Amino acid sequence: MPTQQEILEKVQTTLVDALGVEPEDVQEEATLQGDLGAESIDFLDIVFRLERNFGIKIPRGELFPENVVADPDMIADGKLTAKGVEELKTRMPYADLSSFAENPEVDRIGDLYTVDMLVKYVASKLS
Amino acid sequence: MRWIWIDKFLEFRSGQFARAIKNLTLAEEHLHDHFPGYPVMPASLIIEGLAQTGGILVGEAGGFVEKVVLAKIPRAEFFGVACAGDQLVYEVTLTDLRSEGAVVEAKAFLEGELLVDAEIVFAHLDNSRANQIFGPKNFVFTQQLLGVLDLAKAQERAKAAAEADSHAANNGLPQPPTA
Repeated sequence: MPTQQEILEKVQTTLVDALGVEPEDVQEEATLQGDLGAESIDFLDIVFRLERNFGIKIPRGELFPENVVADPDMIADGKLTAKGVEELKTRMPYADLSSFAENPEVDRIGDLYTVDMLVKYVASKLS
Repeated sequence: MRWIWIDKFLEFRSGQFARAIKNLTLAEEHLHDHFPGYPVMPASLIIEGLAQTGGILVGEAGGFVEKVVLAKIPRAEFFGVACAGDQLVYEVTLTDLRSEGAVVEAKAFLEGELLVDAEIVFAHLDNSRANQIFGPKNFVFTQQLLGVLDLAKAQERAKAAAEADSHAANNGLPQPPTA
C-alpha cells in the first residue's frame, strides 16, 4: 500500500499528462475544472489514466457521478435542496462538502472535484 | 470529396489491433494547396486517418451499437512529413475500452519508419442525446466508411476461398511442372 504522499505524486503525474498542466499547479486543493482547466471529456481521460497508473477498476459514475441533479426534488432555484446535498454526500463520499453545503449552488458542484478528492478516492480503492 | 482517410485494412483483430494503409496521390485536391509545389500530407489528416482506423476498431468491438466520436488527442508527435506518392501505414492498438469510451495507441509509418506517434481518446456518444442533436442517422459510421472494413472482409473471404480451392486441387489433381 503506497503512502498518501506517493499516491499524491502519482495523481499529480496523471493530471499533468491528462491536462497538460505544470506540475507545480497540481496542488491538493486545486479544483480540476476551475484551477486546472479540465473539461468534461477530460474526466474520461483521467479515469482511464488512474486505472492504468494505479491498477484499479473505477466503475462508471463512481468517481465522477452522473446525473446528480436530475431529480427535481434535489434542486430548487439553482441550488441543491437539503435532500440534494445529502444525495451528493452519498454519491461523493471522498469530496469535502463542508464549504459547498453552506451555499449549495449547482454551478459550484464542479468545485468539489479536487486533486485531494482524487487522492482520497484512490487511497480507498487501494486499501 | 468523401471523408474517408484510409484506403484499405491490411489487418483487423477485433477488440485488439488494426492496420490500414493510406496512399497519397496528387488526385487529392488538398495536396495542391498544402503546399503549392511541395505536396505534404497535412498532419491533421494523418490524425484523422488514425482516428478512423481506431474509431472503427473501437466501434466494431461494441458491434457498432454505440456512436464513437473522437474526444481528445492527449499526445501526438510527428517525426517527419509524407508527400504525394507515399504510402502511410496506420497501426492502432486498443489499450482501454469501457462503457463510456476507449483509448488507442496510434502510430503511422512511412517506409517502415515511425512518422507519427499518438494517443487518441474516443467517447461513446450517449444515443438518446445524439439522436436529439443529430437524428437517428449514424453520422459516425457511415456506410462509406464501413465499406473499407467490408472490403477487407470480402478480400479475406476471397483469399480463403482461393486457398481452399488450391488446396483441394493440390490433393486431387496432378500438379503442373514448375519453372
